[in-house]
Amino acid sequence: MSDSRTTTPTFADVNRDVLRTLNPPGNLYFAWMCVVALGLAGFFFAWAGQVWWGMGMAGKRVPQMWAMYITTFVFWIGIGHAGTLISAILYLFRARWRTSIYRAAEAMTIFAVMTAGLFPLIHAGRMWFAYFLLPYPNQRSLWPNFRSPLVWDVFAISTYLSISTVFFIVGLVPDIAALRDASTGWRRRIFAMLALGWEGSDSQWRHYRRAYGLLASLATPLVLSVHSVVSWDFAMALVPGWHSTLFAPFFVDGAIFSGFAMVLVLVLPMRHFFGLHAYIQEKHLDAMGKLILVTGLVLTYFYLCEIFTSLYSGEHIEKASLFWKVTQTYAWALWTMYFCNCIAPLVLFWRKARTSPVALYVVSILVLIGMWFERFNIIVPSLGHDFYPYTWGIYYPSPTDTAIVLGSFAFFLLLFLGFIKLMPSLSIVEVKETIPPPMRDGSHAH
Amino acid sequence: MPTETVLGVFAHVDTTVRALEELRAHGYHDLTVYTPLPVHEIEELLERDRPVSRVRLFTLIGGLTGIASAFLLTIWSSLVWGLVTGGKYLQLEPGGIAGSSLPPFFIIAFELMVLFGGLATVIGMVVLGRLPRFRPSSTFDPRFTNDRFGVAVHCAPERGASVRELLRAAGAEEVNVR
Repeated sequence: MSDSRTTTPTFADVNRDVLRTLNPPGNLYFAWMCVVALGLAGFFFAWAGQVWWGMGMAGKRVPQMWAMYITTFVFWIGIGHAGTLISAILYLFRARWRTSIYRAAEAMTIFAVMTAGLFPLIHAGRMWFAYFLLPYPNQRSLWPNFRSPLVWDVFAISTYLSISTVFFIVGLVPDIAALRDASTGWRRRIFAMLALGWEGSDSQWRHYRRAYGLLASLATPLVLSVHSVVSWDFAMALVPGWHSTLFAPFFVDGAIFSGFAMVLVLVLPMRHFFGLHAYIQEKHLDAMGKLILVTGLVLTYFYLCEIFTSLYSGEHIEKASLFWKVTQTYAWALWTMYFCNCIAPLVLFWRKARTSPVALYVVSILVLIGMWFERFNIIVPSLGHDFYPYTWGIYYPSPTDTAIVLGSFAFFLLLFLGFIKLMPSLSIVEVKETIPPPMRDGSHAH
Repeated sequence: MPTETVLGVFAHVDTTVRALEELRAHGYHDLTVYTPLPVHEIEELLERDRPVSRVRLFTLIGGLTGIASAFLLTIWSSLVWGLVTGGKYLQLEPGGIAGSSLPPFFIIAFELMVLFGGLATVIGMVVLGRLPRFRPSSTFDPRFTNDRFGVAVHCAPERGASVRELLRAAGAEEVNVR
């Protein structure tokens, strides 16, 4: 701890440092926003084109109607797992290292689920009929089929988005109150409104703490259920390569794996540009690196299980599907996935790599690529090579769906970059909980 | 009965705790404590006099409402128009209800339990914590969201002097009457 940047901050330092992150941004920020705007323009042009000229603009054809849109949908839902995992499960386990990253991770979760939520609408085509998803009867009083995993999915994702958002807002209230008391003018008026008049009195804290614990307990099974339900979209179907009881834990693990990678991709630059080294220390990076390593190893085990189940099934169609995936048209995607998800994270066995921002960044990017390809490999080759040769097919992406998939990253980054300049991206209250409280009869007097 | 409010501002957790202990010993229970973060020691002291937060009741009622409404929705809509899915069904027939395909509905019930339970929890927090407040309370000081702790004592005017003395002795940085 010889570095002055890592000496223990005081409570007042925390307020000042967090407030500092809300200063007007520099040129680099605006340069990034320009890139984001370009990506977003491509996204909306492509989407408008698809609405105007029809779904043929997207490359998806029978049999791979799910293709890139649902791949990207599952990818973003998966990214959205780390935030609530950090804020709920690690909260209940009292993992103290979560405090400095949880706010950014929670924001990431909400924005990722919002991005994911666009894809069923884009995919289904006529998004102005999105209200068809709501559970209400049609003119002949026929209700949705509540035995369909797609209906479960609607419930799971809307619940996840609502509860994550609520959890996020509850956590923000005391922090916004701190910002209110440290700012002036119109900012103060806006923060005062958003803080709901929070004062930090004992009765407020009492109900707040209880509510927070209960929300965490409710969100914990929710985190695990969301991606299980998403996995049942696949596992309930008879498609070879999908119809497996392995899918729920497999998806949940993959989601946590990719979610943590995305947390690192966002938090490492934040730490660098905001100078948050005193709060996001090496031990935090180390902990996240370990989690990526563990979930990566579990994922590798699941991949092996998947292959074993196919080979051992005695089903020649399962075996044929596996053989086709591993050796034929989409083999490059499968091997990319194996490299990125199984081999690359092994670097994190070394402590040096776990504490090196560059190494972590590279591994995280590879993991994100690998996890996108995992969903691609589940959807596209499986649908492209099922029971009968006359239903086989090869999928080629078109400029429209490529632009929409790439543009979704811009959509996500726009929300995130906006957030970190408008709201405290580091939890003032929770960071204070981890530093030693000021004591007069102790070593931490000030 | 007129009351006086004495506010002590503290810079340290241990002095705040000492003041609270002293106040309790002298029989002052009408206190408001402001902290920039939830402090375990202070919570423990105050919890002795107070029942556990009733937020959990909101959560329970919300969660049960969610489960009930989910089963009501799924079972009732199946009975209105039976759909046979993969040989599984639950429908109304001349002799009564036929089929017993309930397991898929547990997923909907779980999701709605979490949704309603979570929303009810927040409503509970807002209602019980008396939020939103449109005007700051008279004893609040902006420093309490930064690095200072506040103890506001509501007492009879004639005891004000002794409370002030007590807070000062415990180590308050400043003591004033609001």
